[in-house]
Amino acid sequence: MSTPPQRGRSLAFFAGFGVAALLIAGVLSYLAYPHPDGLDTVTLQGCSEASGGEQLRDDCLAQNADDHALADSPLADYTVGGNAVLLGLSGIIGVLVTLVIGGGLFWLLRPRRTENPTDER
Amino acid sequence: MSSSVVAMHISDGIINAPTSAVFGVVAAGGLAFALAKSRAQLDERTAPMAGLVAAFVFALQLINFPILPGVSGHLLGGALAAILVGPWLGSLCVGIVLIVQALLFADGGLTALGLNITNMAIIGTAVGFGVALALRPLATRGRQWLIGVAFISAFMNTVITSLGFVLQYTIGGAAGASLGAVLISMIGLHALIGIGEGIITALTVGAVASSRSDLVYLLRGAPQHTRTAAAAQITPQGSAS
Repeated sequence: MSTPPQRGRSLAFFAGFGVAALLIAGVLSYLAYPHPDGLDTVTLQGCSEASGGEQLRDDCLAQNADDHALADSPLADYTVGGNAVLLGLSGIIGVLVTLVIGGGLFWLLRPRRTENPTDER
Repeated sequence: MSSSVVAMHISDGIINAPTSAVFGVVAAGGLAFALAKSRAQLDERTAPMAGLVAAFVFALQLINFPILPGVSGHLLGGALAAILVGPWLGSLCVGIVLIVQALLFADGGLTALGLNITNMAIIGTAVGFGVALALRPLATRGRQWLIGVAFISAFMNTVITSLGFVLQYTIGGAAGASLGAVLISMIGLHALIGIGEGIITALTVGAVASSRSDLVYLLRGAPQHTRTAAAAQITPQGSAS
């Protein structure tokens, strides 16, 4: 299996990959173009969007769309407690949560290799 | 706030409940199948890599880029994830991102989760990987070729994924709208988004290949010299026939 230098090389690469994700979510996210994406553009076409969150129900694909069931949750809409200035922080939390859930799931699911007992405890 | 410009996925109530439920079953079955298929592939190198790919896709989905005045697009990530960690782990990566977004960030409706997972995690990843696999003989020729293949795979992933929504709307759209108009708008906008998705995927895959080509799933199994060639700036001469 991995020799120590290989493992060190992997760790350095993984660390760099993780830092890149944190920088994108924490810093670059502020430069995102603040307009509806392609899907929202299509589903909202025909409905006049009013500011302040009240939507005038007209005629569009999203005319029967419901508010999100968890719209009042602390990180809803990539804010922290509704504060949109903290977008970067909510992004960093999201990256870490995704990493822990994804990485943790994949780590726990990996088959145990019996032919190399030194690899396992 | 009922609607937000940072909402990025299908909301509840756009597709009716029975259709959403059917696609919920499709999504759950697809992810369970991917989970079963991916187990054998997991080891102490691919497990952290796949976790990082999921986190990276989450981060990139926050970056809405302009495609037209007042219209943005963002990465979907299926092709990117599949090229780096394979179709099974790749679809799980995108699925985890969508679940985290729906449960933690109120982005993408809860009853619509199956619709979103079917489109982006299953259809998108399958199409992205299918195109990449078909073009794999080119991708192993050199780094520029790999980058080109990544671009095309990602572009196709975005466009075909948008057709997933059109299909779902055809089956269970909860509002009356001309299907032709929906189809044309979705394809047109997602062709533009696909260019952005292609550029981001190409840059990411190119960066990973240049530092660790052995971690690029699409190149796995390719002879060492072609893997090295895919990592190198310069296309090899002769031997990589």
